[in-house]
Amino acid sequence: MNSFKVQYTIDGEDFSVAGEASRKLKKVLQSLGVDPQIIRKATVAMYEGEINMVIHADGGVIDAEITPEKIHLFLRDKGPGIPDIALAMTEGFSTASDNVRELGFGAGMGLPNMEKYTDYMNITTEIGVGTTIEMIVNTSLS
Amino acid sequence: MDKIIHSVTLDTDKCKGCTNCIKMCPTQAIRVRKNKAKIIKELCIDCGECIRVCPYHAKKAVTDSFDMINNYKYKIALPAPAFYGQFDKATKIESILHALIKAGFDDVFEVAYAAQLITKRTKELIASGELETPIINSACPAVVNLISTKYPSLLNNVIPLISPMNLAAIMARKIAEEKTPYKGSEIGIFFITPCAAKATCTKFPLGLPESVIDGAFSFKDMYLKVVPHLNDKECEQDLSKAGFKGVCWANCGGEVVSLELDNYIAVDGIHNVIHVLEEIENDKLSDVEYVEALACTGGCVGGPLAVENNFVAQTRVKKMAKTARGNGEAPEFDMDLVWQTPIKIRKQRNLDDDMFVAMEKLAKIDEIYDRLPKLDCGSCGSPSCRALAEDIVRGYSKESDCIIKFKEKIALFANEMLDGSDNVE
Repeated sequence: MNSFKVQYTIDGEDFSVAGEASRKLKKVLQSLGVDPQIIRKATVAMYEGEINMVIHADGGVIDAEITPEKIHLFLRDKGPGIPDIALAMTEGFSTASDNVRELGFGAGMGLPNMEKYTDYMNITTEIGVGTTIEMIVNTSLS
Repeated sequence: MDKIIHSVTLDTDKCKGCTNCIKMCPTQAIRVRKNKAKIIKELCIDCGECIRVCPYHAKKAVTDSFDMINNYKYKIALPAPAFYGQFDKATKIESILHALIKAGFDDVFEVAYAAQLITKRTKELIASGELETPIINSACPAVVNLISTKYPSLLNNVIPLISPMNLAAIMARKIAEEKTPYKGSEIGIFFITPCAAKATCTKFPLGLPESVIDGAFSFKDMYLKVVPHLNDKECEQDLSKAGFKGVCWANCGGEVVSLELDNYIAVDGIHNVIHVLEEIENDKLSDVEYVEALACTGGCVGGPLAVENNFVAQTRVKKMAKTARGNGEAPEFDMDLVWQTPIKIRKQRNLDDDMFVAMEKLAKIDEIYDRLPKLDCGSCGSPSCRALAEDIVRGYSKESDCIIKFKEKIALFANEMLDGSDNVE
């Protein structure tokens, strides 16, 4: 076995289960013996992505592939797409509804945090079709 | 690996092998094997949830025998502030301290008084901006154990100061050596503890190279020794020094009150603490300045070794804090309170040190889990089907430990027998 692959299906519109997939990933990384600080980076990034999928895209699918060198995450959704990635990457910018904000989400920190906690992030998006975010967290401590 | 010592232990004679404790343990540290509970030492955080939940009182916190005070010439009691809330006959702190003297001690030193100095140093540390936010308190050893076991990435958020209990012991010893002719091993210092985690800390203190306390007696054990001597009217000695800011540490939220903070979360109950730590790990609470997290509901008044109902005790302590004699200012004491030894991250329970082997084991766990009924009934002795799958892969259990799988097997076997008998006819 050269890598460990796992897929999580994210339910849309249900905040009560948002975060479950990143919690599961955390357990996987712990049982593989990944460094706690690295685990934290990967799970925060994935948590933010997971929340975004619930808020904006009615859920989606997250594929994670773990090797001794890196944690590779693919987040795919069939949501509305991101019209302006640069604007979406601005801290504090959010298109979340008031309802969502009342629940304590939608602070406009999702994408910036995902970038902050990962070593590589690439967003591919198409209006009306969906968004794919690829993230890599290196597992070496340097 | 360092040996991990716990106060929480099992009385195997009393254990019936039921599954109450395995289901309630916040770190899934208990299994039932051969009809007896077994504690996985690497995972136990000494929170005492199992002591609370065991219907047969088979889970115990090991504390010391009161007789041991006779080995010392000068005996000092260190009551935790939560102890003040245990007595319906006492309305004054002074009468409880007085009763402790009558019960056999030569002097008392209030942990609440030492807490006032910890409060001051904590304030200074918060102001220095050196710690990662939210800052997490370190007064509850079960919470610190939880962090070093399950949330090691948050250790940098924890206040690196010794506990009020240990500071009280160090101060009490110094004062005794100055005002009495006794020295060193002639002086015995005894903490009166609400919980298992602090009892462990008297032997293996967090942040100190060695123990500074000679023994720990539980609230339960001391209760009966103190009650006969309680008398609110006859307290000629002036023993009480602690003020509001120290005494209120007994309740959850007391620490932040004495720190005079506005932007904080005060959370009690180990399962609630876990939720808050998860939030911190997910970076959701970075705008919060301080988290006071205590393992027991209500704070130390809710300790598993307490006698009184924690809500009753909370109210009593609140009243007593308001009428406490001291002014609440930090006592003068020249000592660096910062941890002398860092808190170690407990070895994470990975499946294998070789990540490729660990991956194979993880795949195997998923495969076994798929076959299990997912009822999480606990009858197999593991806390959940997922935990059983992991225990099987780790070599501690087998699939037939699952009662449902076992039943299926028997049914299959019985059917085969029936088919066989048909053929005979």
